[in-house]
Amino acid sequence: MSRLAAKFEELAKTGRKALIPFITAGDPRPDFTVPMMHAMVKAGVDVIELGVPFSDPMADGPVIQRASERALAHKMSLRRTLEIAAEFRKSDQLTPVVLMGYLNPIEAMGYEGFANAAQRAEIDGVLTVDLPPEEGLECSTLLKARGIDPIFLLAPNSNDERVKKMDAAGSGYIYYVSLKGVTGAGHLNPADVKNKLQQIRANTRLPVAIGFGVKDAQTAKTIAEIGDGVVIGSALISIIEANLDDPEQAKNKIVELLASIRQALDSVRMTEGGGLKTENNLQSPVRHPLSSVNGAYE
Amino acid sequence: MIEKYNMPDERGHFGPYGGIFVAETLMPPIQELNAAYQQYLKDPEFIAELDADLKYYVGRPSPLYHAERWSRELGGAQIYLKREDLNHTGSHKINNTVGQALLAKRMGKTRIIAETGAGQHGVATATVAARLGLECVVYMGAVDVARQSLNVYRMKLLGAKVVAVESGSKTLKDALNEALRDWVTNVDNTFYIIGTVAGPHPYPAMVRDFQAIIGRECRQQCQEATGRLPDALVACVGGGSNAIGLFYSFIEDESVKMYGVEAAGDGIATGRHSAPLCAGRPGVLHGNRTYLMADDDGEIIETHSISAGLDYPGVGPEHAWLKDTGRATYVNITDTEALEGFYALTLMEGIIPALESSHAMAYTMKLAPTMNKDDIIIVNLSGRGDKDMQTMAKREGIEL
Ligand SMILES: Cc1ncc(COP(=O)(O)O)c(C=O)c1O
Repeated sequence: MSRLAAKFEELAKTGRKALIPFITAGDPRPDFTVPMMHAMVKAGVDVIELGVPFSDPMADGPVIQRASERALAHKMSLRRTLEIAAEFRKSDQLTPVVLMGYLNPIEAMGYEGFANAAQRAEIDGVLTVDLPPEEGLECSTLLKARGIDPIFLLAPNSNDERVKKMDAAGSGYIYYVSLKGVTGAGHLNPADVKNKLQQIRANTRLPVAIGFGVKDAQTAKTIAEIGDGVVIGSALISIIEANLDDPEQAKNKIVELLASIRQALDSVRMTEGGGLKTENNLQSPVRHPLSSVNGAYE
Repeated sequence: MIEKYNMPDERGHFGPYGGIFVAETLMPPIQELNAAYQQYLKDPEFIAELDADLKYYVGRPSPLYHAERWSRELGGAQIYLKREDLNHTGSHKINNTVGQALLAKRMGKTRIIAETGAGQHGVATATVAARLGLECVVYMGAVDVARQSLNVYRMKLLGAKVVAVESGSKTLKDALNEALRDWVTNVDNTFYIIGTVAGPHPYPAMVRDFQAIIGRECRQQCQEATGRLPDALVACVGGGSNAIGLFYSFIEDESVKMYGVEAAGDGIATGRHSAPLCAGRPGVLHGNRTYLMADDDGEIIETHSISAGLDYPGVGPEHAWLKDTGRATYVNITDTEALEGFYALTLMEGIIPALESSHAMAYTMKLAPTMNKDDIIIVNLSGRGDKDMQTMAKREGIEL
């Protein structure tokens, strides 16, 4: 079983939600990333999404755009991102690492060359923002053959047919983009997300991680009550950006934020398990299809 | 060779090029657009309205003008200029914006966005938006805002909001990135009018079909004027819309040679250019697979050209296909050579061309002398040079 599948199965069994941070590899400096990844694991994250810097990040807001620019200024690349992931893997065999980026660096490396390199770096999943399943079959087949999960996005305007398509094409988890917009936008609406998740759940058994617009423990908690995991990116990168002259300080503050989110997420589990009400209680409970713990999600 | 040309396939592929490479949020609006486009392409009422707009609003057909003096001076082939510079707003760009705006109206969209380099597409978009009473936002790289300030003012006069894009190289590609970000945020009410044959399917095919009127007219006009087809076609290539518009009706006519002219900037060898077909490699950017200017890591390289409209690291996927199949030939012209083309046409024929079009003129100056006196070249004069007066005056040390 892949590290991702195992991780989500374990989470489902214990009724916990996945905390998934996103950082851009090499931001603000190449030597920052590996220690940051280990520190995030200590803070209680479950999966790490590692952004591959790209010159033209079309789906990203200004915060992640600037992270890419900082990393590229240090000559960061897909090749060096894979080196960072391999370095991290040397001392962490358990935490799944998902590469998130755009297609052109993969095209430049060649699909097969990339799949082999990702396998050598022990990457667990690959999410390519501008590669929908219609165009992605060749690449995802190569990845799957090497035990790497191709991860696809769903959006608020995805219909049933699209959900089924992602279900068939993807594995590991589905990344639900919680709003129409770029990363770091601020108009996430929990009620909309909740409705949408029902439609998604009806068409896939894959776990659903929710991202875009999650900034703090409170939103993370609200969102976690709906999905199987929460992705938090721009909020972390904003911390890096606010502490460019003191990366150690950035690291500490990120750990602090992630720890508080971890706590908030675990309170979701405890609340639900203990049958206590929270202010964000679900009106129409959604049962996780993988969950063997009856009622854990109600 | 090419007997029956019917590219792209259903999913927008020109051989290995084209396709749909976008984030998931854009899939539904792209499917919606494709459905509308397929429907209205065959709708007689839509076609009639488009034809009327092209005739009475744009001023079509544009003349095919025999540049006799210039032909004589160059001493070779007879040169005919397709006068897209005489269209309303001053370039070929309006052929496409009129078409897409009619689609937007039929689809019930209330807000129009566009990217622009030279500002010609931005002006053409602001123009049709004003006419239909639609809100209009145009994204333009900050570098281009500075070098095409006249067009920025025109867009503002027409009621459009012009957003100067400060990210990346601050030119056309960054304007496209920002327009895509806007679209993803406002998909419900917004129609994105892309200005060239780039972007995800159906844009490359749709923009081509709206621009194909250029070549259709040329075919007929050339027959009328000379009794036969031309021997060569020449057009500048930024994203490639004026070029494909000219080429499309002649693709199946093997005797007609087609030359696409890319911008070589300071020279191909310097790396400071905008010539992906001549010196790039295949990759994926802005929704399609095509030739790109990218480094070994797949990062997009900054481009350079004296003309803002050619300053783009990609090119329409159909040109990538026409290059690989050998049906069209892609050449390049430096900034310096383009200026020679600019002055030649101005002084020889009394027509001031846009700096983009000047690249096609400069290549014609190389090509014509190698051909016979009874050979015919049609050159696409894609736009007029009014927008470049400040750039040119500044080069000559004159403050306007
Ligand atoms: C006059 C003119 N010609 C050519 C171009 C290049 O675009 P395309 O290659 O799509 O025709 C532009 C773009 O701004 C333009 O303004």
